[in-house]
Amino acid sequence: MGLQPYLILAACLFTIGLFGVLTRRNAIGILLGIELMLNAVNVNLVAFARFTGETAGLIFALFTISITVAEVALGLAIVILIFRVRRTVEADNLDLLKG
Amino acid sequence: MNAGTLALAALGLPFCSFVLLAVVPPLRRAGRVAGALSIAAIGGSLLASLVLGRTLPRESVELTWPWLPAEGGPMATVGILVDHLAASMLVLVALVSFLVQLYSLGYLEHETPPALGRYYAYHSLFAFSMLGLVLASNFLQMFIFWELVGLCSYLLIGFWYTKPEAARAAVKAFWVTKAGDLGFIIGIVLLWGQAGTFQFSGLFQMAADRTLPTAGLALIMFLIYLGAVGKSAQFPLHVWLPDAMEGPTPVSALIHAATMVAAGVYLVSRVYPLFLLTPDVLALIGWVGAFTALLAATLGLVQADIKRVLAYSTVSQLGFMMAALGAGAAAAGFFHLLTHGLFKALLFLGAGAVIHAVGTNDIWKMGRLYRAMPQTAIVFLVGTLALAGIWPFAGFFSKDAVLAGVWEGGLTTPFLMLALTVFLTALYMFRVVFVVFFGNRPAEGHPHDVPLVMSGPLWILAILTLGWGISLAASGGEEKAHGPEWIPWLASGLAVAGIVFAWLTYQKRAVSADALARTFRPLYVAALSKFWLDDLYGGIYRGLLLGFSRLVGWVDRYLVDGLVNLASAWTLRWGDGLRRIQTGRAQDYLYGVAFGLLLVIVWSYWR
Repeated sequence: MGLQPYLILAACLFTIGLFGVLTRRNAIGILLGIELMLNAVNVNLVAFARFTGETAGLIFALFTISITVAEVALGLAIVILIFRVRRTVEADNLDLLKG
Repeated sequence: MNAGTLALAALGLPFCSFVLLAVVPPLRRAGRVAGALSIAAIGGSLLASLVLGRTLPRESVELTWPWLPAEGGPMATVGILVDHLAASMLVLVALVSFLVQLYSLGYLEHETPPALGRYYAYHSLFAFSMLGLVLASNFLQMFIFWELVGLCSYLLIGFWYTKPEAARAAVKAFWVTKAGDLGFIIGIVLLWGQAGTFQFSGLFQMAADRTLPTAGLALIMFLIYLGAVGKSAQFPLHVWLPDAMEGPTPVSALIHAATMVAAGVYLVSRVYPLFLLTPDVLALIGWVGAFTALLAATLGLVQADIKRVLAYSTVSQLGFMMAALGAGAAAAGFFHLLTHGLFKALLFLGAGAVIHAVGTNDIWKMGRLYRAMPQTAIVFLVGTLALAGIWPFAGFFSKDAVLAGVWEGGLTTPFLMLALTVFLTALYMFRVVFVVFFGNRPAEGHPHDVPLVMSGPLWILAILTLGWGISLAASGGEEKAHGPEWIPWLASGLAVAGIVFAWLTYQKRAVSADALARTFRPLYVAALSKFWLDDLYGGIYRGLLLGFSRLVGWVDRYLVDGLVNLASAWTLRWGDGLRRIQTGRAQDYLYGVAFGLLLVIVWSYWR
């Protein structure tokens, strides 16, 4: 298999993730979408690392995974806090920065 | 001590007094102490000037220090120039200042101490500025002191600043003289552009060597003359001087009779070698002077305010001096300046004594004051006779010299105007004398003669006026006047005719003043309304200046402000509209980011 199928897979994953982020109303759903987009990136990194023979992409992917874990932990904590204060996690209702 | 040190001492003493009074408030608020300090300072100046006048060498003394450093030598210098002209003027200024300050102690005895201190601080500043003007060795320095005396004039006219008329008169005097000063400074700068120096001695040297470029010199000298027109109250800028009488009477005597108003005449005398290069300007000076003399004399005839009569007479006499200068008789004009300074100060101080005693300026409320105030009556009569030009008072000789000079200068029509003015001068002055000191009705209240501190200066001035005249008569003063034999006789005849006419009209009532007013009705009405000059200026001010200001105000309010307001209104409106795209929802922003990303991708492919 060439590089192309991996890239198509990554593009699909990224688009699905973006679609989720844009359309989900639940904050947890949005976080899941972000995870998908990040994983699309990981797929890209690993695929390029495999086809160019350089290991830098692999290390980048490792970093991304670990940072993603931290990000999800932080994001979920924020969501829980928001829920405690506002009794909702619907993204449409969280518009305190409205101009 | 040499001449330079003496002149510096005369200049520095009043300055020290002013600085002391200005920076040490307790001293100023002490009132009479401040007065004593100021009087002591100007007394020292007087002493220095007198010694200087006696010991002055024949050639002029000049001290200069560089100022405004520039490449290739300083652009301007400061310094003092003492010659016979400056020394005579120095003595006159110091003498009259000293006597007036002394007199003010009595005249302003009812003022509060802080006001009195302020008065003397101004007086010290005035003395310093006037002496500085007299001693100035270059145009730039002269202009600075010229403006300083203008400032002092403003401050002292408005001394009773709570009185609206006084405040308005002060502003008017400032404005009108500034109109002339504008010409003065433009002239100075243009002259510097031509000659490259402000220095009088350098300019005179160039004038003597005929190296001064004559192109445009007439315009320059005319502009410089404009400064003198404003300061010396020549037509058409004479309107400020009568209003300046709102100040205290001693101030009128010092500034608006003897010294500051003579600064214009002094200026023309000082730079006379330059004026000699421009005969057209000189002729103009002569004509304007004679016309001013006649105009002011007619105005003086109809005034009911004793100080205003004297003010118009000052304008008229300044016209005499200017006419003499214009006709080429500089010495005669300056001579008249000196004698006039003495007897006009005397007249003003005498009038001040009368006002102090009676409490009004209106001559029709006075009468028979010679019984209540014999001393004042005598000295006032001395001053009046000198002003009318009766032998052997000092005024006779100087007026004679002026008339002879104008006749010799070939200005026949101005000469006739001045001759008519001699008659009118005697008439209006003796009108005042007969109405105030003799007359038929006694004055209201209980007038009394003034205390010694006021009568002393009066007597000194009276004795000087008479004594100088007698000494001139004894030494054959006629030699000074080179004119024809008949001029003294003509002048004296006209003056005596004026006196007799005044006597018939206001003492004997043989001639009815009302009938005269009816006969010369147009002239009478015109003179009463000051030939509508004030109305004309008022009209110009209201119509032109205010109209222009309104136009500019409209442009500013509606065009300039309108543009700014429009910009701000648009900003507000757009901001309000754009505010709505900030929904606060993270997903809306993400839509924007995604859409933008898409656009970038599409754009990068199509490029």
